[in-house]
Amino acid sequence: MDTEIQVPINSDQDIVIARQKGRLLAAALSFSSVDATLIATAISELARNIITYAKSGEIRLTAINGSARRGIRLVARDEGPGINDIQQALRDGFSTSGSLGLGLPGVRRLVDEFEIVSEKNRGTTVTAQKWKP
Amino acid sequence: MEVPILKQGDFLIATIQAALADADLLHLRSALLQQVVRCRSRGVIVDVTSLDVMDSFASRTLREIAQMIRLRGAETVIVGIQPEVAFAMVQLGLKLEQVATALDLEEGLAHLKRKSESPA
Repeated sequence: MDTEIQVPINSDQDIVIARQKGRLLAAALSFSSVDATLIATAISELARNIITYAKSGEIRLTAINGSARRGIRLVARDEGPGINDIQQALRDGFSTSGSLGLGLPGVRRLVDEFEIVSEKNRGTTVTAQKWKP
Repeated sequence: MEVPILKQGDFLIATIQAALADADLLHLRSALLQQVVRCRSRGVIVDVTSLDVMDSFASRTLREIAQMIRLRGAETVIVGIQPEVAFAMVQLGLKLEQVATALDLEEGLAHLKRKSESPA
């Protein structure tokens, strides 16, 4: 059975709530504490992008309890302005210290699978997966 | 969630005790700067032992705190970054450039004492 948790993201407090729920879910799936921290950090960055660029949105956390693989899926969805150039967003900030850009290249390094779907003025959905080793 | 700031001689010690939202971090930044001015502190320690996530905003705010305090002629040391947090920070590409870090409070205080005895 897959468990799904939805966290509405409307304020900076919600960023903290989302990452705490992510950590709990990671612990429930017996991820290592390093991986749980990577998951919580990725959630924090994705939730912050929602607040910064779209003002509101949601984070969905799914525990994937398959027979073959176990892991966590993070979906960050907003109906904000969208990302103009996804290729650039994935390059941007690569060399900066986190003050500029969306920080997406960094988030991509924290997880195993990473996908962005974005449409101008319609919103952005980032899907990330972290598998249990 | 307010971060308590203790005065110990020439130094200030801010101990983060729970997960901080962005607003709390910004509050810590202004509170520390005010206290450094009021107490004429020579050094500041920010203890992040209890922080379980250091994301881009937190690390940027800590860097800003250190830079502002340096402009006041004082030194900042971040102490107690957990190994998991350090791992995630490096993966994320976050750096605390030009900010001193130390293992724990004791090492942080030792660093500040060395600094204030032999100013660069």
